[in-house]
Amino acid sequence: MTAAATPAPQTLRAPLVVEFPFTRSLGPVQSAFLTGLRERAVLGVKGSDGRVLVPPVEYDPATAEEIRDLVEVGVTGTVTTWAWNPAPRRDQPLATPFAWVLVRLDGADTSLLHVLDAPGPDAVRSGMRVRIRWAEERTGAITDIACFEPYDSEPTAHVTGHSGEFADAVTGIVTPARLDYTYSPGRAQSGYINALADRRTVGERCPSCRKVYVPPRGACPTCGVATDEQVEVGPRGTVTTYCIVNIKAAHTANLDIEVPYVYAHIALDGADLALHARIGGIPYDQVRMGLRVEPVWAEDGRHPDHYRPTGEPDADYDTYKELL
Amino acid sequence: MTRDVAIVAFAQSDHLRRTDELSEVEMLMPVLHEVLRRTGLQTSDIGFTCSGSADYLAGRAFSFTMALDGVGAWPPISESHVEMDGAWALYEAWVKILTGDADTALVYAYGKSSPGELRDVLTRQLDPYYVAPLWPDSIALAALQAQALIDAGATDEPALAGIAARSRAAASDNPHAQLKGSVPPGDYLVQPLRTGDCPPIGDGAAAVILAAGDRARELCDRPAWIRGMDHRIEPHSLGVRDLTDSPSTRLAAERAGAFDRPVDTAELHAPFSSQEVVLRAALKLDDRVRVNPSGGALAANPVMAAGLIRLGEAAARIHRGESDRALAHATSGPCLQQNLVAVLEGES
Repeated sequence: MTAAATPAPQTLRAPLVVEFPFTRSLGPVQSAFLTGLRERAVLGVKGSDGRVLVPPVEYDPATAEEIRDLVEVGVTGTVTTWAWNPAPRRDQPLATPFAWVLVRLDGADTSLLHVLDAPGPDAVRSGMRVRIRWAEERTGAITDIACFEPYDSEPTAHVTGHSGEFADAVTGIVTPARLDYTYSPGRAQSGYINALADRRTVGERCPSCRKVYVPPRGACPTCGVATDEQVEVGPRGTVTTYCIVNIKAAHTANLDIEVPYVYAHIALDGADLALHARIGGIPYDQVRMGLRVEPVWAEDGRHPDHYRPTGEPDADYDTYKELL
Repeated sequence: MTRDVAIVAFAQSDHLRRTDELSEVEMLMPVLHEVLRRTGLQTSDIGFTCSGSADYLAGRAFSFTMALDGVGAWPPISESHVEMDGAWALYEAWVKILTGDADTALVYAYGKSSPGELRDVLTRQLDPYYVAPLWPDSIALAALQAQALIDAGATDEPALAGIAARSRAAASDNPHAQLKGSVPPGDYLVQPLRTGDCPPIGDGAAAVILAAGDRARELCDRPAWIRGMDHRIEPHSLGVRDLTDSPSTRLAAERAGAFDRPVDTAELHAPFSSQEVVLRAALKLDDRVRVNPSGGALAANPVMAAGLIRLGEAAARIHRGESDRALAHATSGPCLQQNLVAVLEGES
C-alpha cells in the first residue's frame, strides 16, 4: 500500500435517526388502567371465564367479546418467570442490571411484564414475592410503575370491584421512541452522491433496454436486471412538465424560497428518466414545457440548488415526449 | 376449484453480518435471478408477485417499493406485499393460485438488520400501551420463555446448548449460513440465554417460485407439493399465554394435515434454542424426524426472510429427493406469537 494509491470508491455511510412521538387515544379499559396507575391503584378486567386479566384488555381473549367489568387487584404479587438482564439498554426502566419479570399480582390470573430491581440473578427466582415501587412522578403510563422490588409477604386475595371512574382520567398517551441507524445507500446511489460532490450527475445504463436511469438505484425497474455502466448526464436538460407552488415551504432548509415558484420535471441530456427540481432565474409564469435549463449549484452544496434557463431555443416536443 | 400447488424453485443469498456496499434491491436481485434461472421463467411470465419485509429494519417508510425495481414491475404486474416474514407472502401467493387468479407466483423476502440496533428495532412491534414503553428487547422476551421452560422441567441450559451446537453443526453443509461448525455457548446475553442460544444478526434475502398442476411439473423435475398450509396467532399479551406451549402451532399443523401421516423432515423457524423445545412438543416431532438439516434460524436469521427460507429449504430437500414429506414452520412476533405450518410432499 502506498500513499499514491487511488482509493476505491467508498460506499457512503451516515447516521440516520428516526424519532417519533406516537400519540394514541385510549379506550375505556386502557384509560381506567393507566389512570389507576397514576393514582397507585392497579385495575384488571374480568374475562368471560371469570379470570381476572391484568393488565386489562378490551376484548376477551377467548370469545372476543367486549369486556368492561373492572376490578382492583393487589400491588404485591408473584414472579411467574424472569430473565436477568446484565446490560440495560438505553430506554429500559432501570439503568443498573435488573431482571425482566412476569408478575401475577395478587388477585390476578394473568401476568404483567415489567422489571425487578434486585442485586443479582441469585436473588431472583420464579415464585418469589414482589411489590410495586411507584414512580415519584406519575402521568398515567406503564412507567408509573418504576419497577418491582422483592417483598416478603404472603399472597392476599385482594380483589374488589372498581368503577374505573377517576377525576381527570387519562384519555391518551404519547410514547416517544428513537431508533438509531447507520444508513448506507448501497453501491449505485453512493456513486451518484459521490459524483454530485464533483458537480457531476451520473446515471446508470440498463444492459438490456439501454435506458439511462438517474438517479441510479442499481436496477432497471423495467427489465429487473442490475445496472452498472455509469453514464454522465447533463448538465443541461429540458423541462418536461412542471407545476406552480403557491404554498410556502415548511421545511427550515427552504424557508427563504419565495412563493409562487416552479417545481419541474427535468430530463437531463442523455438521461431516460426525468429528475425533479426547482426552477429559478425566470418569472414563474414564463416557465414552459421544453424550456432548456442548467443547474445552479449550492454554495456549500453537494447538489444543485435549482435549475435556470440556458437561453437556448426550446426543445422540440418530440425530443422529450417519452420522458413526461 | 381444487388445484395442486407446488414450490418449484428456491434461492437464497449468503447471509452476512453486514452488507453496507449493497442497497436492498442490490442484495435481492441475484436471488431473484437465481430462482428464475432454475425454472427458465422470465419476470414477464410470472402471474403474481408477493414480498415480505419490514420498514422498521430500514428505518424508512415504504422501503419495499425500492426493492420492486428488481422484479421488473413495468409494464404493470400483479403484486402485493406483507409487512411480515415472507412465509406469509407465500401464503398469500398460494391462496392467489388456489383461486385460479394465477398459475405461477414469485415470492421473495429480504431483511437488512445491520443498519439499526435490531434488539431495539423489534421492540416497536410490541403492544404500544403496556409493553413497548418498557423497551423489552427480543432476547429478553425469549429469555423469559426459556426460564419458564426450565422451571417447568422441559429443558435445561446444557440441553439448550446442545440444540444450538446441533444446528450449527448441520449448517456446515449449508454454504449460505452465517454461523456454522463449532460455536462456543458464550456469555449470557439475557440469562438464561447465552450468545449461542440466540440467532446471529445479519442481512439476507430469499425467493421461491410457486406453480400449479402441470405447470409445476414442467418447471421442476420433482415439485414440492403444498398439501396443506395454515397460520394461527396467540393472544398478544405475554402474560395471558402459557409460554411453555404453542397451541397456535399445534392448531396450524393440524389444519395443514401435519398429523395425518409422519413427516421425515421439519424445518422449524426457532430463532432461539429454547423455541425449538416448544415447537418440537407442539408438533409432536420425535427423534425419527430430521429437524433443521439446514441449520435453521440459529445459523442464519435474516429477519423477514428466515421463515420463507424454512419453506424453501424444506422444498429444496424434496426437489433433491432427500425428503418425501416435510413440515415447514415460520414464526413472527415475540415468543412464537404467530405461527405458520406447511406440509410439503414429493411424488415418488
